[in-house]
Amino acid sequence: MGLVENGKLPKPLTALLNVSRKYSLWVYQWGLACCAIEMGAAFASPRYDVMRLGVIPFPASPRQADLVVVSGTVTDKMAPAVKRLYEQMPDPKYVISMGSCANCGGPYWDSYSVTKGVDQIIPVDVYVPGCPPRPEALLEGIVLLQERIRSEDMGERWNGDPIVVS
Amino acid sequence: MTDTRQLAYIAAQAADARVNVELETEGMTLNIGPQHPATHGTLRIIVRLDGERVVAAEPVMGYMHRGYEKLAEVRTYPQVTTLVNRIDWLGSFANEVPFILAAERLMEVEAPPRARWIRTALFELSRIANVVLFLGDMGVQLGAVTPVFFAFRDREFVLNQIEAVTGGRFHPNFDRIGGLKDDLPKGWIEETRSVLGRIRTFCDEMEDLVAGNEIFEARTRNIGVIPADVGLAYGLSGANIRASGVDWDLRRDGDMGLAHGELDWKVWTHPDGDSFARYWVRLQEVREACTIVEQCLDGLPSGPVMAKVPRIIKVPAGEAYVETENPLGVMGYYIVSKGDLVPYRVKIRSASFNNVSITPWLLEGVYVPDVISILASLYFILGDIDR
Ligand code: SF4
Repeated sequence: MGLVENGKLPKPLTALLNVSRKYSLWVYQWGLACCAIEMGAAFASPRYDVMRLGVIPFPASPRQADLVVVSGTVTDKMAPAVKRLYEQMPDPKYVISMGSCANCGGPYWDSYSVTKGVDQIIPVDVYVPGCPPRPEALLEGIVLLQERIRSEDMGERWNGDPIVVS
Repeated sequence: MTDTRQLAYIAAQAADARVNVELETEGMTLNIGPQHPATHGTLRIIVRLDGERVVAAEPVMGYMHRGYEKLAEVRTYPQVTTLVNRIDWLGSFANEVPFILAAERLMEVEAPPRARWIRTALFELSRIANVVLFLGDMGVQLGAVTPVFFAFRDREFVLNQIEAVTGGRFHPNFDRIGGLKDDLPKGWIEETRSVLGRIRTFCDEMEDLVAGNEIFEARTRNIGVIPADVGLAYGLSGANIRASGVDWDLRRDGDMGLAHGELDWKVWTHPDGDSFARYWVRLQEVREACTIVEQCLDGLPSGPVMAKVPRIIKVPAGEAYVETENPLGVMGYYIVSKGDLVPYRVKIRSASFNNVSITPWLLEGVYVPDVISILASLYFILGDIDR
């Protein structure tokens, strides 16, 4: 994979790799609070059905996942576990931060026990705002992330700004 | 018995004993959580095992502690409802009600009858939204994936109805001191009736699919039995205690200030106290909640939905405690006011905290797979435990 990471892969091969990565995102559901239920609605309910986007919400452990959705309030007690989870995931890995709490602390912006934003501990690729965001908003975030993956050059993957769903 | 046979018997016993000594395991500590599907979020349970049996279990809480009680001291009264919505996130509207009732009691205002009846209907709708998910989720914990799809499917319709009134799928923030923010939208009553029909069908399906399933029964009957006196001693409430045969429901026995007293419904209990009983009681409660909502829709009085309250709400000095029968059990708010814009102190009594406090007692001596079924049947929500 050294070639891939250095961006020395021939263009057509990169494109092929990216398309296949885009449609086989194994997503780990890191549900923490209220947003977890909306995430569950998006991932496990027949109405929203995330699998039609090529996202598979079944990994049993973060070690099998490409994408993690951090949904809900990250408290200071939970923060080390979140970081550890991220470190366990194999590269290339993506993070969606779902809900105001994970984005910035949300309604608990002045609480003594809440981490004000999961981006303080792990890098975030897509922010989905809302309290809670509707399942559609999460799906939009996933689609935007897939767009990015499709045109991604592995060598420059850390240079882009995070996506904010609006 | 002849001597030789006796000796052979003793030798065999001794050999057995030796094998037993060799097989005795050292004991293992297993960490369940803080992120485990069975814990509905982030409860962590440390169990000490001897082989397959649990010797001791210790719940570790606080992973979802968000500091509500302290935050409530710096929010004005109308702002606090936004916050307390999020305690039990599956039945959000039910969280607002006791707080608003306590504040109303301090201010000596009373909501008009129509507001009280709509409150009751929304209160029970949020119970449906909450417990329906449990009915499906319990299947998932035991390895049956389909029920949760059914639950999410039918729950969406309930959420739609809540959203149509309040504007929020999850966190309505609709209750006001002295009444409600708005009246019901047009056509809502008819739509709700058809949704209730759906929920009833869902309950029948679950009775067939889950409660009537042989495997489900084998994994829940006589598992995690809570005798009534032990349950009461640990402060269990809600369906957990009613499943142990205690006929106690604040909607009927308490002074909740909602319209339940004027309606005709029944409190369900089950004598067994095991995991199955807890599932069964909740299943019946969803049906009963459908009846209550239907009666609310039938008998809805007319009139305003908001009493006369000042624009800037200052609550006179005093203390009030109101508790209601929420989807998860008894929830109460103790408000101390010093006559300010903000409460001086809010103490929240939430049901799940007491409901999981029984786990060390309950999990002792059970097998590891039963830990999951017991935890699932106790039905707690992390926000409700840690607050
Ligand atoms: S953003 Fe809102 S809904 Fe999501 S976890 Fe935070 S408080 Fe709950």
